[in-house]
Amino acid sequence: MTPTDLEALASDNGLERVGARPPLRAYIVQTWRRRDFASTLARYRLQAAMSENRLGMGWVVLRPILNAILFGTIFGVIMPSDTRPDNFVAFLVVGVFIFEYFTKTMSGGANSIVGSKSLVRSLSFPRILLPIAIVIRQFVELIPMLLVMMVILLVVGEPIQWSWLMLVPVMMLMTLFNLGIALITARLTVHVRDLSQIIPLVSRVVFYTSGIFFDLERVLADRQELLTLARLNPVHDFIALVRGYMVTGNPIEPFMWWIAIGAAVVTSSFGLVFFWKGEERYGRD
Amino acid sequence: MTEGSATRTGHPTVVVDDLHIKYKTFASGKAASGTRALLQRQRGIRVVHAVKGMTFVAHEGESIGVIGHNGSGKSSLMRAIAGLQSPASGSVFASSQPALLGVNAALLGDLSGSKNVILGSLALGNSRAQADAVYQDIVDFSGLEEFIDLPMKTYSSGMAARLRFSIAVSRDHQILLVDEALAVGDKEFRAKSEARIRELREQAGTVFLVSHSMRSILDTCSRVLWIDHGNLKMDGDPQEVVDAYQASKN
Ligand SMILES: Nc1ncnc2c1ncn2[C@@H]1O[C@H](COP(=O)(O)OP(=O)(O)OP(=O)(O)O)[C@@H](O)[C@H]1O
Ligand SMILES: [Mg+2]
Repeated sequence: MTPTDLEALASDNGLERVGARPPLRAYIVQTWRRRDFASTLARYRLQAAMSENRLGMGWVVLRPILNAILFGTIFGVIMPSDTRPDNFVAFLVVGVFIFEYFTKTMSGGANSIVGSKSLVRSLSFPRILLPIAIVIRQFVELIPMLLVMMVILLVVGEPIQWSWLMLVPVMMLMTLFNLGIALITARLTVHVRDLSQIIPLVSRVVFYTSGIFFDLERVLADRQELLTLARLNPVHDFIALVRGYMVTGNPIEPFMWWIAIGAAVVTSSFGLVFFWKGEERYGRD
Repeated sequence: MTEGSATRTGHPTVVVDDLHIKYKTFASGKAASGTRALLQRQRGIRVVHAVKGMTFVAHEGESIGVIGHNGSGKSSLMRAIAGLQSPASGSVFASSQPALLGVNAALLGDLSGSKNVILGSLALGNSRAQADAVYQDIVDFSGLEEFIDLPMKTYSSGMAARLRFSIAVSRDHQILLVDEALAVGDKEFRAKSEARIRELREQAGTVFLVSHSMRSILDTCSRVLWIDHGNLKMDGDPQEVVDAYQASKN
């Protein structure tokens, strides 16, 4: 039999090529049908992580608190006080906590495919479920973090206000943005394994350019082009929005919303298509 | 290749068309024998041509044994049929998504057996409610009730194989690929799983069984493929192929 005969035989009998990447719409439908898999995987991973060490879920909030204390002391001491924002503690805590959400999703996404080799090799399901499971898990971890963040804000004297409710839409947008980032890093590390080594570095760069412990607007006030560049960093804008609604003395400007919305839409749709295009590559060495 | 597919009845379920599989790996030691230059990563690349142009057609109601020496390419072929390994060239067509049961298919070692049961059955396409409904059947079939709450990485290889097999057969698959998954099971479980394989075959399914045990190949298969160094050396009646294979080893 020649190859063409076999292809004809296959199509005559309604056989389809296995492992073929389905069209984008079918891919999304398949993913939606198995959404239970992603949420259950996220829940089990979370439970496993919690039972591993004694403090369990406590670490989820303890880690950013320790980070905030560390940066607070170091930069509170060495930075000239005129660049230090007012309500430094509230300012810093919001920055560190919101940044934590971004960085954990990014590194989790980078590891989501390469770290689940045996699962990917033994079962076939839309691979996008793995980075989605990471985002779901980080989102669940975000909730106690935000609660603790609010408690800290109250303790340091921020008044509780209706505007705190704006946290919900801002975090929704940030989740979309993080999903896009997780999808992109998930595929990139499959192609270039070495990238997993660089992810912590990228995360550091974003940390220092997002104005976590200093006010970018003030520090870069006389460097207009650098300030514009820094404002284009969506992580900075998500943090600035949260500060604007929750910490007094941080004005919100319209560009922050535009960049937040734009980044969420563009990053997540690009991430989806980018990840889907690589579907046949995953699980292959 | 002894027998054409013309003599077979039933609709084709799997068509393997001039399939090639290659692995690219970084060899080290002598094979790499390169210089020290860091950026010349290419030096150590070795291409293993694991499957070299296989062609065959499988039909409804067939259970096909796959035999061959270690490293002949049996597992590679199974992974390609399951769509888990993309071919270097050629293609595989199937009537529905084949389910593969391999030896190293530990799902999530950190999680308990019961969580692996639920996740495995969700990944196979069950809804949460269906997964909960078949849960008890899976556990009963595996006979691992008392170990079900332990992490799967603590299971013996036989126990892990039992659990994976039980998960895989909990859903009716038209095409089931069993890659030595039964080899580590004890006598009782082997009998139980072979009965289940025959049952699947009778429901007009197609089963591929990779095994080094000629006994279980002869007991369960209606056709045997003999693979030798990535080539399909013989394809036909179980007794004939097994005899030829055993003769070649002496
Ligand atoms: N992931 C991999 N990377 C590189 N080479 C591989 C990989 N998997 C298999 N190979 C090579 O492909 C060839 C075929 O391997 P395969 O696992 O298909 O053999 P097999 O017939 O299943 O052997 P066994 O009877 O021992 O299970 C071997 O030479 C092996 O070294
Ligand atoms: Mg093998």
